[in-house]
Order: sequence, then structure tokens, then C-alpha cells
Amino acid sequence: MSDRIAYINARLLDPATGTDGPGDVLTIGDEIADVGALFGGGLPDGSIVIDCGGHCLAPGLIDMMATLGEPGREHKETIATGTRAAAVGGVTTVIASPDTRPIIDEIALVEFVERHAQATGQVRVLPAATITKGMGGQEMTEFGLLMEAGAVLFTDGYKSIVNAQVMRRALSYASNFNALISHHTEVPELVGDGVMNDGETATRLGLSGIPGIAETIMLERDIRIVELTGGRYHASSISTADSVAVVRRAKDKGLRVTCGVAPYHFALNENEVGHYRTFAKVSPPLRGERDREAIVEGLADGTVDVIASHHRPEDPEAKRLPFAQAAYGAVGLETLWPISLELYHKGLVSLLDLLARLTLGPATILGLPQGRLARGAPADLLIFDADTPSRIDAATFQSKSKNSPFDQRPVQGRVMRTVVSGATVYEQRS
Amino acid sequence: MTSADAKPFPHRHLLGIEHLSADEISALLDHSDAYVELNRRPEKKLNRLRGRTLINLFFETSTRTKTSFELAGKRLGADVINMSVEGSAIKKGETLIDTAMTLNAMQPDAMVIRHPDSGAADLLSQKVNGSVINAGDGSHAHPTQALLDAVTIRRRLGHLKGLTVAICGDILHSRVARSNIQLFGKMGALVRVVAPPTLLPASIERLGVEVHNDMVAGLKDADIVMMLRLQTERMKGAFVPSIREYFRYYGLDREKLAHAKPDALIMHPGPMNRGVEIDTEVADDINRSVIREQVEMGVAVRMACLDALVHQKLERPTDVAAA
Repeated sequence: MSDRIAYINARLLDPATGTDGPGDVLTIGDEIADVGALFGGGLPDGSIVIDCGGHCLAPGLIDMMATLGEPGREHKETIATGTRAAAVGGVTTVIASPDTRPIIDEIALVEFVERHAQATGQVRVLPAATITKGMGGQEMTEFGLLMEAGAVLFTDGYKSIVNAQVMRRALSYASNFNALISHHTEVPELVGDGVMNDGETATRLGLSGIPGIAETIMLERDIRIVELTGGRYHASSISTADSVAVVRRAKDKGLRVTCGVAPYHFALNENEVGHYRTFAKVSPPLRGERDREAIVEGLADGTVDVIASHHRPEDPEAKRLPFAQAAYGAVGLETLWPISLELYHKGLVSLLDLLARLTLGPATILGLPQGRLARGAPADLLIFDADTPSRIDAATFQSKSKNSPFDQRPVQGRVMRTVVSGATVYEQRS
Repeated sequence: MTSADAKPFPHRHLLGIEHLSADEISALLDHSDAYVELNRRPEKKLNRLRGRTLINLFFETSTRTKTSFELAGKRLGADVINMSVEGSAIKKGETLIDTAMTLNAMQPDAMVIRHPDSGAADLLSQKVNGSVINAGDGSHAHPTQALLDAVTIRRRLGHLKGLTVAICGDILHSRVARSNIQLFGKMGALVRVVAPPTLLPASIERLGVEVHNDMVAGLKDADIVMMLRLQTERMKGAFVPSIREYFRYYGLDREKLAHAKPDALIMHPGPMNRGVEIDTEVADDINRSVIREQVEMGVAVRMACLDALVHQKLERPTDVAAA
């Protein structure tokens, strides 16, 4: 069997070069060998030919934040089920959140994730490690050694580092290795016993509110520290209009600051909580409509660099509870691309810009060779149909957990084929 | 037993005031009036719920509400079981669902629930076949309290429309305040909330109330002064600096009450913190304080609600009228 595969008759989309037009891709083994109008309608010799039927062909998606359950939370997700979900969602690289049990803060644990992903993963899994030991917010982990072991970024998951001195030293020390610090920005005292966005809806429901300033104050603090230390900083998930403005200002100043958002923050607002729908309980919380609009603007103008699934699988026992007691989080690997495509269909973000937030954006921040259709780049591809309507059905998810706020949502566009290292890991059958 | 003017009551559960129309509220208040008369007779028992089972499921301590529901059920002829789960070592939410499923299998006709988490009654109502009555969920709702407050006022003043109702104190944590804001709003009264900013929830004005931080302005010409309980753990610097400072600015005493209408009624959902949110002298003023009447109305209102929910009809208790 040939290791040459020709993807012909495609609409090529590559944010790295701004390409949007008909063409073909040739992969040899696990690399992209050529891109362009390669075959002029004639079939290449000695290759397996995959006819894309005019569908879009783009770099595979890179998801900067997903919880894969292993080790320790195998009843909610495993690397096998999580990466199968990724494959269905067109995601070819997943950055695995270190917020597992045990927490990934040691070289051996980073290596465990890598080994286990090699053995059971369907797509590339790149481990993240924590910023502080045990996510305790006090002692730094071994950034240098952990990077050598394969950690691609440092994050304390959905926990914020409250102590400004710890964050200052972490950013300062990380700059030594050009390590990326990805931070969930919330002042815990301002979150308090809050469980949803502070405002009219929370007041009506009798739920404690989380004010937007809980996020913005921590973000502004971090940016001051970045200014002081010169570290490389990524705000993992921002949710408010104020945060978008803060990041925009930091970028205008030329600071090495980037930020990401989760699809629910540009697709939903706090009304989704309705009558205590715990699937709409996420962190940071769903915000007001004006915040949602600002996130969309940020995505359109490039203030927001990254869309990440923030896939957070939870079993029914953790969600079938009174709202205040229910776990935070939503699964998102399988809905990441269809929900993102809504912004394109509404004419708010161009298809190339949207793809950039899911390919080139994270690839650039993480220094990865994938995320582009270039000779020599890893043969990680996403072939999708941008238009066919369907309905999200959580019951069909490959993920072990079904906690999606998007269940039964009508969407447009679907993944037709996902290719990792030159091999098809998912193909739409119908 | 069935009166000719019975109207349908298309609600299986009573989770909050927001699901009730003004007409339905009026009818429930009318029927509560009739039950008040019954409750004042030596022979108090009816058989409208004979053979029915009512379960009181309380995840929070409560004396008056639990007793009130128990009496209401018994006076209508139902079999009443009380379950108190407060202080359980098990996680409360798991207890809620597990307990709900278990109890549901025993075919109760109605379950009364009190729970420290907002939305608990909604959640329970999705899991059981019988009626669910919310007896207080977190800071969300306490619909029978609002109804009993309304009956108390209507019996004293004859109407609700056009009244000025000042609700004072810990609005932030109060399910009583939220249910009363909805009920009095629906019935055409003007509702004011009076509290320091730290005890007001965000965007409370969006619920259609006037917001006051000053008792004098908030009580001015009020027909009703409704005081809320402030839990002691919230007074030690967390939301207000001290009891004495709170009482100085927000405690109801003669001086502040003088700004309300001369015949203004004083209400409190209980239990009271005398000397914290209300002065003893004012609380015990037999001409103006209706706090004990509120308790009496509680039983009648819960009888009216139980009857309407279980039969899904709004029926006058005819044998009361006949007696």
C-alpha cells in the first residue's frame, strides 16, 4: 500500500497563507508533501486518491484546552474516548488539561500522559503541566524539565493563582524557557459562592452571582505582571466585554499576551441557564448579551487569538443536582467546529479567520509545526462541508459524557473526514 | 362537595408565584379566607384530601412552615408524613434526588419541599409524579409565604391594588422578598425594597421595584412595612459591620415607622431577631403588628393550595360555607 495520498478536488483553506480556492493536497507518510493545483484534473500515479468532492480542506483543528479524564476520572472520559470525540470534531491536536487525578505536575506524569496517548489516542495529545505543584497556587513546578519531557504549556486548569507574588515569579521564571503560562483569571473572593453571572437572571433565580470584575481584575493584574516580567501569557478563557478591551490594550502596548475563548461564550448567554439548567453552568459563567457580542467582535478583529473547546466531561451524577451544587463544565470537542461555524454563517467572522483561531492561532502560540497546509508540515487535515444542516445530538457523542449545552441545537456544517499524521481517523458515513 | 363554580387550576406544582395569574392568586386568597373560618371552629377537619398522602420533605430546619403544612394536610383529611433531612452527612443534592425517587415510589399525592439550594423544588418536580409545593428553596422562592402575606393584608385592608409595600432588610438572601415582589407586582401594588447596598442583589430594579437605601424614604407613606430576618452570621462584618449599626439604620423602631402611614401594618415572616431588624415594642404592637395573624393565615393558605393542586381545580370549600 502506498504511503502517498492525494486529496483532490478540494476547496483549500489555509489561514497561514490566506489561501481559499480549489486545489489538492498530497501527503507522503505523515507529512504534507505538496499543496496547490497539483493534478490538473488528472489522477496522480501511484497514490491513493481521496476525492473531496469540492468540500473544504483545512489544517486539522488544534484544541488548546480539553480535559481528557485520565488519569483518575476514567468514568467521565478517557484518552481513548476523548480523542475519538476529537476525531469526530475535526480536532487533530488536543492539549490535555493537567487538572487530573493525580494532577500533572511531575515529569513522570507528563510522560504517562504521552505514553498513554500514544497507546490509546486517536489524535495527537500534547500534555500540559501545572504552573504550581498540586495546583496549590504556591510552589512552581519544574518548567524547564517538564518542557523537556513534552509539556507544551503550563496552566492550573480552572483554578486561579491568587498570590500575585507567585504569579510574578512564575511568569518571570517561565520567561527563562520561553514557557507559556495559560491562566484562568478569576478572583476567588469575588466569585465567592457565586454560580452564574451576576445580574437580573441570577437575582430572579435566587442564585449567587459572579461579577465580571472577578475576571477582569485578575486579568489586569496578570497583564501588569507580564509588563514587569516579560513573560509569555495566555488568558485561557475570557468571557466579558471588559476583558476583551483589556487584552486589546495589552496587545496595543506590544505585550506578549494572547487569549482564548470557549464556544459557549460566543454562542450562548446567561439566559441559557433558564430554569436551573446545570449544563449551562460553566466557568467562567455565561455572561450577558453585550459580553457575548464583544467576544464575537474580539474574534473578528483578532483580539481573541484562540477558540478552545474547554471540553469538561461530567457524569449525570455531577450535573443532576441543584444548580449551586452541580459541577461546572461542558463537553465541547464534538461541537467545537459546528458551533464556531455559526459565526461564519452569520457573516460575523470570515471562514479563514475562524479557522485561524483554531489552527494557526494556537499553533503559533505553542510553536507547533501543524496548523497549516505547508510542505513538510504534519499531515493533519480537516475536510468539512460548511453548509449541510443538521442537529447536534448529544446521545451520539463519542465522549463518555454528554453534558452539552448545545444538545439538539440546529447547526450548519459537518466534519467529513479527519486526518492525523496522514491517516484517516474519522470519516462521515452517509 | 363539588361546587358549581369550580374553575380549572392547570398547575400540578406550586414552585413559585411567577406561574400564577392574578385571577388564580385572587381565587386562592378567596378560598384561604374560607379556610380561616374553618380553622376557627372547634371541629376543623374536612375530608377533601381523605385517602391522599402528603409528604413534608425538609432539608432545612423549620418549625412554623413544617407545622403549618402538616396541619393543613391533616385538616383536609390527608395522611401526612414528615421527613427532616437537615444536617445529613450525605451531600445534600444526592440526598434530594435519591430521596425523591424513593419517596415517589410510595405514590404520594403531594410533596412539600424546603431546601437550602435555589431550584431544588424545580428539580424535584421533574422527578416525581405527584404535586410539588415549594416551601422555600434557597434564595429563590417561598410562594405560600407570599400568599399568606397577601391574605393577611387583604383581610385587614380589603384590597391589594394600589398599596405601597416596603420590604426591608436582607433582600439579597431572601426568597420571601422575591416571592412577595412578584405577587404584589401582579396584584397591582407598588413594591419598594429598602436595604443597604450590600444586601441588595444585582439589577433588583429590573424586577419592577423601587430601590431605597434609606429607611425614611423607603417607608414614606407605606401601607405595609415588611421586615426580613437578617441571619446573625451575615452581620459580623460580612454584609453589615455590626448589629448595632444595622439596627441604627435599618431596624424598625417607632421613629422610622412614623414615616409610614399612620395605620401601616407591620409584617415579618419569622422567626424574628428582636433588636436586630425589629424593635420589640413595634413587633408586639397589637394594633399594627400582624405577625401572629400571618402565622394563622399560613395554615389556611396551605389548605387552599393543597386542595387546588391535588384536585387541579379551584373549588370553594362548600361545607365550610354551609357550616
